Amino acid sequence: MRISCPLCGPRDRREFYYRGAAVALQRPAADAGEDAWQAYVFLRDNPAGVTRDLWYHAQGCGAWLVVTRDTASHEILATELAAEVAS
Amino acid sequence: MAELTAKSPCAGRLPLTIGAATVTEETLGPMTSIAPYRGRQADLAAALAAAHGLGWPQPNRSLTGAGVRLIWFGRDQALLTGAVADPALEDMAALADQSDAWAAVRLQGEAAEAVLARLVPVDLRRAVFAPGATLRSQLGHMPASLTRLDDHGFLILVYRSMAGTLLHDLKTAMEAAAARG
Amino acid sequence: MRIAGKGLLDRSKPVAFRFDGVRYEGLEGDTLASALLANGVRLMGRSFKYHRPRGVLSAGSEEPNALVTIGRGADRIPNTRATVQEIFSGLDAVSQNRWPSLAVDLLGLNDLAAPFLGAGFYYKTFMWPAAFWEKLYEPAIRRAAGLGALSGQADGDVYDRAYAFCDLLVIGAGPAGLMAALVAGRAGADVILADEDARMGGRLLSETGAVGEEAGVSWAGEVLAELESLPNVRLMRRTTVVGPYDQGTFGALERLGHHLPHRGGGPLECFWRIVARRSILAAGALERPIAFRDNDRPGIMTAGAVRSYLNRWGVSPGRAVTVFGNNDDAHRTARDLVDAGVHVAGLIDSRHDAPQSDLFPVYRGAQVCGSAGRRGLENITIRSIAGEDRLQTDCLAVSGGWNPSLHLTCHMNTRPHWREDIAAFVPAPGAVPGLSAAGACNGTFSTAGCLREGAAAARAALEDLGRTAPPVVVPEAEDDPYRITPLWAVAGRGRAWLDFQNDVTVKDVKQAAAENFRSVEHMKRYTTQGMATDQGKSSNVAALAVLADVTGRSIPETGATGFRPPYSPVAIAALGAGGSGKGFAPERQTTSHAASLDRGAPMIEAGLWYRPSFFPAPGEKTWRQSCDREVRMVREAVGICDVSTLGKIDIQGPDAARLLDFVYTNGFGSLQVGRVRYGLMLREDGYVMDDGTTARLADQQYLMTTTTAAAGDVMRHLEFVTQGLHPDWDVRLISVTEQWAQFAVAGPWARALLNGLLDAPLADGDWPFMACGEVSVMGVAGRLFRISFSGEHAYELAVPARYGEALFRELVARAEGLGGGPYGMEALNVLRIEKGLITHAEIDGRTTAFDLGLGRMLSSKKDFIGKTLAQRPGLLAADRQRLVGLKPVGAVKLITAGAHLFAAEAEPLRANDQGWVSSTAFSPTLGHQIALGFLSRGPERLGEVVKMVDHLRGVETLCEVVAPVFFDPEGGRARG
Repeated sequence: MRISCPLCGPRDRREFYYRGAAVALQRPAADAGEDAWQAYVFLRDNPAGVTRDLWYHAQGCGAWLVVTRDTASHEILATELAAEVAS
Repeated sequence: MAELTAKSPCAGRLPLTIGAATVTEETLGPMTSIAPYRGRQADLAAALAAAHGLGWPQPNRSLTGAGVRLIWFGRDQALLTGAVADPALEDMAALADQSDAWAAVRLQGEAAEAVLARLVPVDLRRAVFAPGATLRSQLGHMPASLTRLDDHGFLILVYRSMAGTLLHDLKTAMEAAAARG
Repeated sequence: MRIAGKGLLDRSKPVAFRFDGVRYEGLEGDTLASALLANGVRLMGRSFKYHRPRGVLSAGSEEPNALVTIGRGADRIPNTRATVQEIFSGLDAVSQNRWPSLAVDLLGLNDLAAPFLGAGFYYKTFMWPAAFWEKLYEPAIRRAAGLGALSGQADGDVYDRAYAFCDLLVIGAGPAGLMAALVAGRAGADVILADEDARMGGRLLSETGAVGEEAGVSWAGEVLAELESLPNVRLMRRTTVVGPYDQGTFGALERLGHHLPHRGGGPLECFWRIVARRSILAAGALERPIAFRDNDRPGIMTAGAVRSYLNRWGVSPGRAVTVFGNNDDAHRTARDLVDAGVHVAGLIDSRHDAPQSDLFPVYRGAQVCGSAGRRGLENITIRSIAGEDRLQTDCLAVSGGWNPSLHLTCHMNTRPHWREDIAAFVPAPGAVPGLSAAGACNGTFSTAGCLREGAAAARAALEDLGRTAPPVVVPEAEDDPYRITPLWAVAGRGRAWLDFQNDVTVKDVKQAAAENFRSVEHMKRYTTQGMATDQGKSSNVAALAVLADVTGRSIPETGATGFRPPYSPVAIAALGAGGSGKGFAPERQTTSHAASLDRGAPMIEAGLWYRPSFFPAPGEKTWRQSCDREVRMVREAVGICDVSTLGKIDIQGPDAARLLDFVYTNGFGSLQVGRVRYGLMLREDGYVMDDGTTARLADQQYLMTTTTAAAGDVMRHLEFVTQGLHPDWDVRLISVTEQWAQFAVAGPWARALLNGLLDAPLADGDWPFMACGEVSVMGVAGRLFRISFSGEHAYELAVPARYGEALFRELVARAEGLGGGPYGMEALNVLRIEKGLITHAEIDGRTTAFDLGLGRMLSSKKDFIGKTLAQRPGLLAADRQRLVGLKPVGAVKLITAGAHLFAAEAEPLRANDQGWVSSTAFSPTLGHQIALGFLSRGPERLGEVVKMVDHLRGVETLCEVVAPVFFDPEGGRARG
């Protein structure tokens, strides 16, 4: 598997650390309530299809990435810098 | 009063030649990591040009000037080597002295590319990774910075504490490349 | 039998080798199989289950029968296909799975028991009692059935690994692959041409047909010479592309040393990871046998293999050869044999409209229904309308048609398509992104067709790559139609073999269907068909056809079995090349490493770091003696410890304090320049992640310290917060762990020691507990932190790493002058347990701030990572297991880490579990064992006696629950 880092270019999967769903970027406010926090920390979809998740280019430039990929075909549809997605 | 003796990361362990590749320790002088603050990249580039004669490097590029080199070193970060960073840069960027943090070696020779092909999972063919090109990746299992200096020469940086493993991994790869004749 | 004038080998280059201890002679370029056949040896192995005598079936890597062990001793390599192994001077090959010898195999008795050993026999017979399976049945079965064995000793061979990148990867160097590589190579694309064979050319080496104006083999030679001359083309011989992976990555095994008499320390194999923008599969096709009674006798092989032995290696596998086929290609074998002067006793073609010949007798509409012979073929029985007939023959060449080698197109879970006209599966288009199939592996069997498809595939790839294809003329070649009428299994009694390697017969497949294992996947698992090391290369399609037949379905309705990587077996040693020994993980060494070794300190691994365990003094015989002395030394004089391994993160920028306030539970906004504060970090789920101190070096600059173990995790966490949650914050992070060598100077004489060393002595009052600042150390700019992990008056002194070794030696010398010295990890651990200070033994990912007695560090004035979920009632429940100190009060004065805690009178059962021990030490300061642990309602139970049970080590004792700080609870020593 290879991921195209927006900064470094296409790299082998071994350079990246996998974190999980890009939901982690939408941190609720401290007072958002139990349900919002439960969903943020624990509830995850498990799609057979397109998913967006977070990868950290640990052995490369140190950028956090949002990778859009298809879990069925393994196609990688997009990679973006998390800093740009989040801002 | 006695003095504290300085020791380089690969002291006493280099040079090493096997087949058509040679590893030597590089003395890069002062090394400073430079990370521009928000919105200050253009100012920083101008200040770098004024102080060191270099601009801000694009990702995967290194710039060289008189005795100095500015190596792209990761997201919003570059490593200045060969000169103490001008204090004026502090306004625009976070500076951190890294002069002792990295073991620096030069791998030179016809077999250099073949040696690195055993260690670095990135396309290093001359056509895509030309002199001046740099990258952050791994060498073996080690985080590394790799810069092509010329057709057959590479500058390799790994954490100082991993210098022994760097030399072990290079030696193993040099032997494997040499075994092909 | 070597045939004069045939073959591509140089007759003047003899090579001597051994098989089962007997010396033979072959020629350079021979495989073990061709050399043995040349010497008249047909028996090469025994079958897996029934120990039937077997010879070669094929001439390639698909070989199911002729598996041998190469070499003896530690480095012997079992299960090597004789059809792949090249001979070399001194080769020592041994047959497998027989006892006492290949010719006389007593385990051949299994064959007599065959009526009982059919499909499902093991499943049905060894069901009861369940416990017997592991202890009795399986070991016994494994002894009788199996393949070759490893030596059981460490593999002394060297394995290499490498990455390669190219525009186009061409897999297979037959006519299609050569043509593709030539077109792409001339276009200037970076091409890798990989072929599993020692010699490139594929089927052209085994056929006599012309390409253009010359012999196919000469054409191949010319193309290869041109490819060799192109700098943009890399030829990889003896390289099997074993599997495609996502985004154009391929695994490939290159065999470097298996054919060499002396490897001279060079690698045996190299495992390649090849990344290709486009790829062309030109892997050819594999011929399939036809199942008939006793079709596994040595001397019976595929018709294409007979042609290979004849045309490439100049060997006739028999003196009176017969051919049995269902397609026109089989006739080519008979013609080539006659051309070479070999007697062809007859060609049996199951088709009534088969072509006739004046060169040999053709039995049209006939079938071979049996074979006979001791240890090898002597005659076959032919059945036709006219009845049964017997024919003397010592070699039967069988062709049931050809199966495209589409394996790699199945590796990513795409099933192939059935083509009725060629009675075979072909690759599904798009099965592997970026890969196209060309030639025989795509169902195109004529040489001309292969050349055309190879060129076309290369042109299409070049277009994708944005390159212009050069004008290349595709040469003329044989373009015969491929006529076949399927015949999978000849009807009749007796056992007809489908899967030779796993000993699966037509009857087994029928039995599976009868027992309702009608899905091909079920049939496969029930019979084990296709599950041997050859993955059923020569049997899958026929087994599927038999299953289709007995279940009354068409082949596409019945299904298609897939293939998985690797295409052919790969040694684990090759996959793990470079990863054994010191290649397993980097070794991180501190600047004091050599100095510690000089003092005889044993090293202990802390993550990737190597840290001294203790520093043995003369006369000390156990680690405890050294450790106890080092602890006393710190408590009474001064000790030196390298603490450079702790993570150090430089945090700068206008929002640096904001970041600290967000990632730490406690407030950092009020921290003054020149001061240090202890901080606690949570994960977002409310559990503790890490702890450490952070120093404010300047108005907008902080230095965060992490534990050694969590340095990388914390850096990644901070990067996530700054990039993913608050990219608006203006803050920059840089790891400076490696820049500084940092040493703890701890003990009552710490200040005295430093004052002798620093260029300006520490002024009274300027350096209170938790102060930090810049100092000059023998002329070197350093940093000093007054922090303590031992509970003593202590400092950490940092200098640029180049001075680390010198400073360590200097500090140790001065400490020794004051009655102190260096201390290692053991003493460090005892010192911190005496003080109740936590490490990752306590922060194990399951403990909360509340559990650790640090609940008051959770600020109510701000939001921070983990705040909300740390308030969950379950994480604050009074009965949670919480940090306490423990000291033994029973007869046994030992507390062991990992032991569990129970009420004093309770049975030590899981239901009664009340907690566990996380850290223990013998405290030389207190003179007894001490421990930290977690106990339900612990802090409420001080003074209570609980039971500690270590089921693993068989230790049981009583402990008194005490406060976790054993020594100097007021902290006066560190502050004073």
